[in-house]
Amino acid sequence: MSVFKQHQKLETNVFLLAVGILLTVITGGLVEIVPLFTIESTIEKVDGVRPYSPLEQAGRNIYVREGCYLCHSQMVRPFKDEVERYGHYSLAAESKYDHPFQWGSKRTGPDLARVGGKYTNDWHVRHLINPRDVVPESVMPGYPHLKHKLVFNDVEAHLKTLRGVGVPYTDEQIKSAKADLAAQAGVDATASSDFARRYPKAPMGDFDNNPEVTEMDALVAYLQVLGTFVDFTTVKPEKVAR
Amino acid sequence: MSAATAAVGTQGDATPYYDGVVKNFVLASVFWGIVGFLAGDFIAWQLAFPALNLDLEWTTFGRVRPVHTNAVIFAFGGNALIGTSFYVVQRTCRASLFGGAGFGNFIFWTFQSLIVLAASSYVLGGSQGREYAELEWWLDIYLTVIWVCYLIAFAGTIMRRKEPHIYVANWFYLAFILTIAMLHLGNNLALPVVFFGGESWWKSYSLYAGVQDAMTQWWYGHNAVGFFLTAGFLAMMYYFVPKRAERPVYSYRLSIVHFWALIFLYIWAGPHHLHYTALPDWAQTLGMTFSVMLWMPSWGGMINGLMTLSGAWDKLRTDPVMRFLVSSVAFYGMSTFEGPMMSIKAVNSLSHYTDWTVGHVHSGALGWVAFVTFGSFYYLIPKLWGRRELYSLKLVGLHFWVSTVGVVLYITAMWISGIMQGLMWRAYDSLGFLQYSFIETVEAMHPYYIIRAVGGLLFVLGGLIMVYNMIRTIRGDVAAGEAQPMAAAARG
Repeated sequence: MSVFKQHQKLETNVFLLAVGILLTVITGGLVEIVPLFTIESTIEKVDGVRPYSPLEQAGRNIYVREGCYLCHSQMVRPFKDEVERYGHYSLAAESKYDHPFQWGSKRTGPDLARVGGKYTNDWHVRHLINPRDVVPESVMPGYPHLKHKLVFNDVEAHLKTLRGVGVPYTDEQIKSAKADLAAQAGVDATASSDFARRYPKAPMGDFDNNPEVTEMDALVAYLQVLGTFVDFTTVKPEKVAR
Repeated sequence: MSAATAAVGTQGDATPYYDGVVKNFVLASVFWGIVGFLAGDFIAWQLAFPALNLDLEWTTFGRVRPVHTNAVIFAFGGNALIGTSFYVVQRTCRASLFGGAGFGNFIFWTFQSLIVLAASSYVLGGSQGREYAELEWWLDIYLTVIWVCYLIAFAGTIMRRKEPHIYVANWFYLAFILTIAMLHLGNNLALPVVFFGGESWWKSYSLYAGVQDAMTQWWYGHNAVGFFLTAGFLAMMYYFVPKRAERPVYSYRLSIVHFWALIFLYIWAGPHHLHYTALPDWAQTLGMTFSVMLWMPSWGGMINGLMTLSGAWDKLRTDPVMRFLVSSVAFYGMSTFEGPMMSIKAVNSLSHYTDWTVGHVHSGALGWVAFVTFGSFYYLIPKLWGRRELYSLKLVGLHFWVSTVGVVLYITAMWISGIMQGLMWRAYDSLGFLQYSFIETVEAMHPYYIIRAVGGLLFVLGGLIMVYNMIRTIRGDVAAGEAQPMAAAARG
């Protein structure tokens, strides 16, 4: 058959074979990925989603560092049981500033996309130090080492990098990053009104009852803001219909 | 062991084959295999008994899990792929390795150093938070350099071939090397904080966010399965199954059709990891459609592998090495049926986020990838070290059964726990309330997590039997009272 005859050309020339392979494997990715950047309806137009505050971003980095995504998803699917268990199904807009995304692929533990505000700070702190203190049947590891002091001296550089990849931090936000971090953690009360203007809805205070700013403060600040940006009472269902 | 030994080819020519470097890769693969299996079994026990997380930051599930996945995929699998590809490409091209033993060993040692750096960085908290691509930017660049060297050594050897045709196994190896390069570069684009004056030199932020990042990651993630764990190992199948069976590949035309169909279709399947998420529906539908179509070329490969045994099926009874190879192809067939089925959205709505996925991955990873590697190594080890046969074929048989029982325990436990948890999440009571709290579904997993961990332990045990057999073979021992099969004696 002629097709198989033609194939001999590829079989006898490693350049042709390599080019053939590359052309073959590049198609699927191009068709599936590129339109996600160009089709406008990919990300819903909803209000409220903002970049993470410096403390929340620090907490997010700890979430990534510890591999929380290996057991917790951040993606509520549009099923009756999931919406009842976790809250409104997740929108693409809600993770548009997530570098990297942390939707996850496994629920050894529950989904965390809307965990913000569901538990007290105190609960989170006790749970993170030893999950079995508050949930006896839990199989989650304890994280007592989160009591360490938070090291985030280069917070401005982090925000600048994030701006480099597309997060719309303003110059003001970058300049005041250190002060904002202190303000949110409750160690610098003077800057708090400006902070609340820059990062609406951000939870503030000493999250872990330890005057030092710890990794625990950062992680809890991040968890408490998850899924809270969009006010679904004001969102028209057809705008986010799936 | 790092010194290259040059063996003279069997084809009557004087081409030296650099087998010393192949030996290194085989030894490293076995070593990292044991490490990776142990890490996996350790975290499996953690899920049954969380006290095993030890309350230390370096030993939590979240940090050890990437060590496990990377060790088995890239260290065990990667060393097996690079090592066998160097063995196969030299013989099927009747050419010596491009760059010689020096270049081969350079690739070997840089790759091992990457593995050590990667494992240490994960344990110390240096993950970039992308599944199966946890390497931070500076290690990504290091891997890119090693990979380019590997491509040069492999393609360079093909270019000096004395055979006019490039053998089918080499198509698969080449597709694996090129596509992994594309995926690695595409998925790991990131901006390091240090470029903006940060102190955290190891930390970076990915170029994409949210939905685009998810799609890119699973374009990578699924094709790490498709090209690292499938195309590369199919290459091993295409060389070692015919060799061990002493039969030609069943169908040349089928190999052409299934090769191109497989590499074309695989790339599209990524979105099935994102069903019912915020990824647009059109992308999900594409992902599902192509995943279902992928069933065909996958089974094309399986048929080509199995039918190669036509006229040699008796070897399944007499040769435990053949048993490993054939079972691996059977497991490949099973998991490439299960995968397309799970990619159907209705099935996925139940299976996603549960242990069913974990079971599916392991039926492929243990049953297919590890078994075809074991079979190939059992063929390869006596050849590389110049022995007539293995120390003991009986021990190969023992390894086979211990591992097979382990795999079966593993995947059946995960089927039950996964389907059960999926059903519990969506169960309603007679009053219309959700019947189970989340933690009740976690509690229900406990017995299955123990069964799975026992299955994993058996798999580790099987690996240790192989290590023992390998060491005795290398030393040149022959087990007392073990008759060498006729076929092996004839090959000698």
